[in-house]
Amino acid sequence: MATLDTGPRAKLKWGLLDAVVVVFALIPVLWVVSLSLKTTATLTDGNFIPREWTLDNYRLIFQTDQFVRALINSIGIALISTLIAVVLGTMAAYAISRLDFPGKALLVGVSLLIAMFPQVSLVSPLFNIERQTGLFDTWPGLILPYITFALPLAIYTLSAFFKQIPWDLEKAAKMDGATQAEAFRKVIAPLAAPGVFTTAILVFIFCWNDFLFAISLTSTEQSRTVPVALSFFTGASQFEDPTGAISAAAVVITIPIILFVLFFQKRIVAGLTSGAVKG
Amino acid sequence: MSVSSTTPATTAEELSEGGRRELPQKRAKAALSEGKRQERRLGWLLCAPAALVMVAVTAYPILYSFWLSLQRYDLKFPSEREFVWFANYATVLSNGYWWTAFGVTLLITVVSVAVELVLGMALALVMHRTLIGRGLVRTSALIPYGIVTVVAAFSWRYAWTPSTGYLANLLSDGAPLTERASALSIIILAEIWKTTPFMALLLMAGLALVPEDLLKAASMDGASAWQRFTRVMLPVMKPAILVALLFRTLDAFRVFDNIYVLTNGANETSSVSMIAYNNLMKGLNLGIGSTMSVLIFLAVAIIAFVFVKLFGTAAPGSSDEGRR
Repeated sequence: MATLDTGPRAKLKWGLLDAVVVVFALIPVLWVVSLSLKTTATLTDGNFIPREWTLDNYRLIFQTDQFVRALINSIGIALISTLIAVVLGTMAAYAISRLDFPGKALLVGVSLLIAMFPQVSLVSPLFNIERQTGLFDTWPGLILPYITFALPLAIYTLSAFFKQIPWDLEKAAKMDGATQAEAFRKVIAPLAAPGVFTTAILVFIFCWNDFLFAISLTSTEQSRTVPVALSFFTGASQFEDPTGAISAAAVVITIPIILFVLFFQKRIVAGLTSGAVKG
Repeated sequence: MSVSSTTPATTAEELSEGGRRELPQKRAKAALSEGKRQERRLGWLLCAPAALVMVAVTAYPILYSFWLSLQRYDLKFPSEREFVWFANYATVLSNGYWWTAFGVTLLITVVSVAVELVLGMALALVMHRTLIGRGLVRTSALIPYGIVTVVAAFSWRYAWTPSTGYLANLLSDGAPLTERASALSIIILAEIWKTTPFMALLLMAGLALVPEDLLKAASMDGASAWQRFTRVMLPVMKPAILVALLFRTLDAFRVFDNIYVLTNGANETSSVSMIAYNNLMKGLNLGIGSTMSVLIFLAVAIIAFVFVKLFGTAAPGSSDEGRR
């Protein structure tokens, strides 16, 4: 192992290992991109790299209501869920990391339990409850379970971040004559913002990803999200193979993830690792 | 990783908490100053919305699910709704499909988590120790973690579809997704690809706790790379490994998306989540579907319980939060 060795041979060895990881991680993504760019004629030739390139698949999906509507649903539902989960999570995480009150351990325990909760166990009861309350096949009907399962993630990540904030600075600012509001806005908020932002990304990815709730608690285009719409794609006509269209739609919903990962890799890694090992 | 956020106030409260446990209530009430009471109220107020949502959307439905599971309740025949006690449980537990799905779920869980632990450890070491391109490796590894599972599943499905896919054409001329053994292998492969980076990130957090001096000292004393790994790194990483295993095991047990897209449960590749979903959505049988929900909940609870027993004090929350 190269704990002490930093010579060119060690670098080569690590470089090769890096390459293996990168290839392993990217091939399935590149394959979908490749499929989405193939023409209908070459779709089934089995080549990894397209022989004929076209953007028709993208043009096709953006002309269908089915996809555009699902994209709007996905974005709207994920954004609203993220906003609410992060606000509620920030409040709870602040209390957990800063205040002392009975029931704190219980709340942490409950969020841990929910993080482990089998989501499929909620599908039957929620289906019936939402059917009876009129929440079935609506945005709030999906936002509610998303918030619930995003909250443990938000609370854990945020508490871990908040515990690292030097809160004494707030006191110092007040001693220097700042008001409570100023101390919060100028000292604490800028320190807390990165943690909140990272949490928001993780929660958004979680909501963006969901398939089980989305397929069980929706029935029409009114609230179907893209992952579900994908599994209902039939192509331009019933007899046309939807492979190209599905691939193009898949690429479109992968773009935000790629952007997050490219620009915020360090934050996401920090967020995922900080909440994880507190034991 | 102890962070110096423990303010004097917390220490004082810890002391008074210790005192309260020994002495009866009277003393405790006297010790609660106005400031402390305000702090409590603020704490409760801030936590209330999150706690309410979490409990309302999980605790109530799971109890309701238990109530539904005691009834014959088929949405196709709503008039035949009837209270049948545990008859649904008898029906499900004596059903071959349920146990097949249970076996499939266990197989996928055990194999994928075991492989992920090994690969995840390797990936964690690469991400943590690589001399060059650390950012590139970490960025690439995050892509499987972040990508929508359904998208990844479609990628694997098309890769293994005869004539369309680059992998199907490499191998023999069958249709691997239509045979049970190969289909299950592909499902496991898709799971491993998607979640190894998550495992690796959790393990990397543990790896960061291994003191560099200790590794150097061990290597001076003539410990081989393997000895350094098993004798120095693994003991320090044990809590991180258990957390990663717990989360991934429970997550793998819920496998649904990959199976739905890859095989749709054909050729006996359904997981318990798949048949619970099918009973509800295709069978519209709320009674049976709810029974399965409750059984899956119990299975997960048992797995979690076993892990927490293994953890001892290393359980997340218990050592850090529970102490206060």
